Amino acid sequence: MAENVKPRVRVPRSASAGEAFEIKTLISHKMESGQRKDSDGNRIPRSIINHFSCDFNGENVMTAILEGAISTNPYFQFDAVIQESGTFTFTWLDDDGSEYTDSKDITVG
Amino acid sequence: MQFTRRDTLAMGAGAAVATLVPFQAFAGANEDEMAAFANGAEITDGGVELTAPEIAENGNTVPISVSAPGAVSILILATGNPQPRVVEFGFGPLAGSQSASTRCRLAGTQDVVALAKMADGSIKRATSTVKVTIGGCGG
Repeated sequence: MAENVKPRVRVPRSASAGEAFEIKTLISHKMESGQRKDSDGNRIPRSIINHFSCDFNGENVMTAILEGAISTNPYFQFDAVIQESGTFTFTWLDDDGSEYTDSKDITVG
Repeated sequence: MQFTRRDTLAMGAGAAVATLVPFQAFAGANEDEMAAFANGAEITDGGVELTAPEIAENGNTVPISVSAPGAVSILILATGNPQPRVVEFGFGPLAGSQSASTRCRLAGTQDVVALAKMADGSIKRATSTVKVTIGGCGG
């Protein structure tokens, strides 16, 4: 279900070097678990986002392997710590092969 | 049809096995996931903090968060779900802390288990029981 997928990310605009700060991400997605049945009793095939990663200037912050038990509109909250200004890139991988990305700039100072 | 003493005993034993088997198969999936993640290391309790609500009214979105200082990855299992795996977090060099929060689906009242793999390969475990009013798997 690759329609209306909209990533949303909250990153502070600036941070101090070496100090952890919080990142929140949310992406709209049905996350069809593969467990539900339609009105005719047929199993609805699984269609979820199966992988998420957050990187900063090419270095990894965190990754997550998602399963069917993750709620609709997957939400993550985690901490990052950086030493210099740069760009966060966020990548979500869909079961159907699509890739959704978002990026946010941050300045250290 | 007449039941002999032997027939009765055999039927009783069969019924007992029949009730036990699905339960064991269920527990087996959880054990398999834990063993696969542990990769031979011993699992010890403590060292991980798993925060989950005591009572979740809606099993479709249960907020959970885990924190395990020094972990390289954290696996969350919902032991009562048809598929126990929920999410596996991996922490890179820029992670500010080895903690993360998300929202998960729970099929019913059950134990949620967090396993943290430490940098030295040891495995830490935390368990939390969540009471679920409405299941989240669309049974």
